[in-house]
Amino acid sequence: MNAPVSADTEHRYTLPGVTGEWEIVVGLEVHAQVLSESKLFSGASTAFGAAPNTHVSLVDAAMPGMLPVINRRCVEQAVKTGLGLNAKINLHSRFDRKNYFYPDLPQGYQISQFEFPIVGEGEIECERDDGSRFTVGVERLHLEQDAGKSIHDLDPNATYVDLNRSGVALMEIVSRPHVRSPQEAAAYVRTLRTILRYLDTCGGDMEKGQMRADVNVSVCRPGDYEAFRATNDFKHLGTRCEIKNVNSLRFIMQAIEYEARRQIEIIEDDGKIDQETRLFDANSGVTRSMRSKEEAHDYRYFPDPDLLPLVLEQSFVDGIKAGLPELPADKRRRFVDALGLSEYDASVLASDKDRADYFEAVIEGRDAKLAANWVNNELFGRLNKEGLSITESPVSPAQLGGLVDLIKDGTISGKIAKDVFEILWTEGGEPAAIVESRGLKQVTDTGEIERVIDELIAANPEQAAQVKDKPKTMGWFVGQVMKAMAGKANPQAVNEILAKKLLD
Amino acid sequence: MSVSQDDVRRIARLARIAEPSDRIAQLTEELNGILDWVEMLGEVDVQGVEPLNTAVQTPLPLREDAVTDGGIVEDVLKNAPKSEEGFFVVPKSVE
Repeated sequence: MNAPVSADTEHRYTLPGVTGEWEIVVGLEVHAQVLSESKLFSGASTAFGAAPNTHVSLVDAAMPGMLPVINRRCVEQAVKTGLGLNAKINLHSRFDRKNYFYPDLPQGYQISQFEFPIVGEGEIECERDDGSRFTVGVERLHLEQDAGKSIHDLDPNATYVDLNRSGVALMEIVSRPHVRSPQEAAAYVRTLRTILRYLDTCGGDMEKGQMRADVNVSVCRPGDYEAFRATNDFKHLGTRCEIKNVNSLRFIMQAIEYEARRQIEIIEDDGKIDQETRLFDANSGVTRSMRSKEEAHDYRYFPDPDLLPLVLEQSFVDGIKAGLPELPADKRRRFVDALGLSEYDASVLASDKDRADYFEAVIEGRDAKLAANWVNNELFGRLNKEGLSITESPVSPAQLGGLVDLIKDGTISGKIAKDVFEILWTEGGEPAAIVESRGLKQVTDTGEIERVIDELIAANPEQAAQVKDKPKTMGWFVGQVMKAMAGKANPQAVNEILAKKLLD
Repeated sequence: MSVSQDDVRRIARLARIAEPSDRIAQLTEELNGILDWVEMLGEVDVQGVEPLNTAVQTPLPLREDAVTDGGIVEDVLKNAPKSEEGFFVVPKSVE
């Protein structure tokens, strides 16, 4: 992991200062809610949106004498995620108490994993917006309990507490400080989200709080980061600040940029960065110190006496490994190598599980390249325009597949196909039946095309004569034929016949 | 290892208990007495011995992932000094 890293000049992100250029170094701690029916240590439901405190057991409410019993599925999900991140699975791990006081944490401590996490080092290959890739090391993944929810705006003098989320399992995934720009941070979280969704270990919906990030930011001078990577010595990097609980990709980017500029300003003003926890205020776009948390930073971790160490058999891990689905990077490679898609098409289709599932349903027994074109351009274009997600598409994979078949075998032209797509979108139906009943079939009967062309030439003799000198003007005739035949003429046949009649 | 009077004040604050100002000296002495006593363990040579997490040799029991609990909002809120519409209501605690 200590391979020398040379400066990536093409993707280098710098911020200007009065004393010269600055670079940034970012590491992220992503909290991902584990997909499970019940909580990590109790049998209460994890379902979102229930009436307050209805998904709470006496364990979650921390009533005296209640004992935690761990959920097998949550353990499996953590191991599965670890395998999907190419990480080391620790057969021995342990649960610790992280002590702090907060109204939505009735135990007075969070059960977490401190010294011995269930998953160790791994790495994630991420993709930037321009399609280039970079690797981010993962330091660890551990299991812990989520806290409840405090609502501060129902009453000016009181806080309302709902413990429904209290005790839901979280995976905290800690990255190495290998992220070098706000855009890379977003790319990292996006890639992680895609992997979790493929694995079906986290819903990944940031709006519902299923994924949240703590972002560590520091600034350094050009060359310092490379020195850090060569030695793994943090003395080469600046003092970092941690921005807590950022809940969207856009906010992550904004918070990093603001925080980096703030730090540069302080350093250039001969000030010193205090290592501290900060909050990002989405309304004003600034980060501010969370002073009250400072004192609580002494978490006094100790092994939870209510829980024995978690010891896994290698066979348990192997069983999960055998059932791993194809992951986004592998799928993308297969789309390129086996299906012949372009890197771009493959990347767009593989970067989201729902899109990939849709596409794979369309190509069952069909031409993948033509199908990719239709899914990526027509369908995604239209969905974007209407603000719909792929799972809300009014056109099913079977319908789109049927349309692709009709184009492929020459029944309809690409132009008519767009009309049929429009009908499928607004009215539904079966593509072949639509084409049949509305008479949209492509005319490949050369006799009929010839007849139309002869009439056109007879009606426009001057223009016909012109084509010999200016072959490009033949396009006008192509257009007229298409118009006369309502777009149903086979374009190739039209061009061939026109060329024969006008150029020979 | 020993603790100072400041450490004891800090421990009290972290544990959210009122600072026992008139007994600080006495408490510091008592806590240091306990720490000294535990210090005796330092005499044991543990070179090359794996740290022991637990003396219990049974594996951690795992339960199946099923909803078997919850839906007891009245029981959950029973001891709360104040509650409203299913919420616990506590003194304002905003950052």
